[in-house]
Amino acid sequence: MKCADEFRSREITAPLVEEIARSLVRPVRIMEVCGTHTMSIFRHGIRSLLSEGITLLSGPGCPVCVTPASHIDAFLAAADLPQVTIATFGDLIRVPGSGRSLAGARACGARVEIVYSPMDALALAQKEPERTVLFPAIGFETTVPTIAATILAAKRLGVTNFLIVAAGKTMPNALEALMADPELQVDGLLCPGHVSAIIGSEAYRPLANRYGLACAVAGFEPADILAGLLSLIRQINERRPDVENCYTRVVSAEGNVRAQQLIADVFEPADSEWRGLGVIPGSGLVLRNPYRSFDATKQLALPERPSREPKGCRCGEILKGRLLPPDCPLYGTACTPLQPVGPCMVSNEGTCAAYYRYSGRKTGTIHHEVPSLSAATTESS
Amino acid sequence: MCLAIPMQVVELQGGSDELLDPLVALVESDGVRKEVRLEMADRIPAVGEYVILHAGFAIRTLTAEDAEYNLSLMRRMAEVLESEGRLPGAPQ
Repeated sequence: MKCADEFRSREITAPLVEEIARSLVRPVRIMEVCGTHTMSIFRHGIRSLLSEGITLLSGPGCPVCVTPASHIDAFLAAADLPQVTIATFGDLIRVPGSGRSLAGARACGARVEIVYSPMDALALAQKEPERTVLFPAIGFETTVPTIAATILAAKRLGVTNFLIVAAGKTMPNALEALMADPELQVDGLLCPGHVSAIIGSEAYRPLANRYGLACAVAGFEPADILAGLLSLIRQINERRPDVENCYTRVVSAEGNVRAQQLIADVFEPADSEWRGLGVIPGSGLVLRNPYRSFDATKQLALPERPSREPKGCRCGEILKGRLLPPDCPLYGTACTPLQPVGPCMVSNEGTCAAYYRYSGRKTGTIHHEVPSLSAATTESS
Repeated sequence: MCLAIPMQVVELQGGSDELLDPLVALVESDGVRKEVRLEMADRIPAVGEYVILHAGFAIRTLTAEDAEYNLSLMRRMAEVLESEGRLPGAPQ
């Protein structure tokens, strides 16, 4: 089937790999900002195909990883309420907040269900009208329209026992904040495939213009990622930063207008805290007035306390591309996929988890005494 | 988690009532069948076309020709081109 298999075939990938090697004239630093790119690069061994002059950095592209501990704490506070069922995407349940995770709360008797779609959470609310079903609405532009469509359905159906914590985030302002950081040295951006399907490839034009940043939109198959990298290397060589769309079968210049409209109908922009990056103006989405009755934070009076990050955890700098996972003092010792400390090790798509599973590096580069984690937590800055 | 693999639409169902019987697509890939919502699809797919899924919703409708066009761009990229800006772009 042309729609999938050929994008993995050697017939397409081998010439791209060769052309990348031929095109590289100086060291380049490329950041990907999509957890699925991070995973795909590792899973297909793409790093091992590239020459040493290409440094791939992982940015804040995993929604679970950038959700601040304060939001996780709010989900946990809701889980402790006897009438509440948490219906969540599976990758969230092991992420620790300031202390516990939703999995821990479930072990203590809270009702936490894993759903595949926010519509499944709404169906659960309809099936169990005596309970309040809370969906932790985390995600980027790809996920937010699914939540908006679910809220619209809930309103039309008159379902009142379905609530969300609006924790959606939008990519452009966060990328803008990252690129404005003078310490971050990135020549090119591998733009997220399915976020771009919604916001359109032209959304990155301001980054290319303002920061001289080469941008390429890429899909998730090996050929997609290699084509994106080749496009970036050529742009960097020619000092002609631009936005190239290498994922034309899914992404258009203007994006998915119907999905954009769904977001705009239900949500409005607000400042939002990103784990590791701090508060980024206009990078979050909150419910518009007509839909505030679905806001769990208000309806259940959930606490909004400042975040407390685990001591020693360097997820913040890893999400900003300043450190690689083995540079973290906890990597491979106190923090492993089985006993994760920070969100980058918890999520399947987290940079640390991907490194741990696929790079062969099971220990960090820094070895020193690690404080006891149960007792030691610290205020995040 | 983004799902890269497009699923082929084998049937369209419902549509008699936006609320109680919304239009949905039945999709299939490698023998896996699933019902997907179409509220955020960029356009309603026809049977035989493909959709990209996210959290139970179709986010993009594409055809085998769209995939073939994308492949041809990649083939052209990998050919040795004198740097003359023949890079991929949106379909003409």
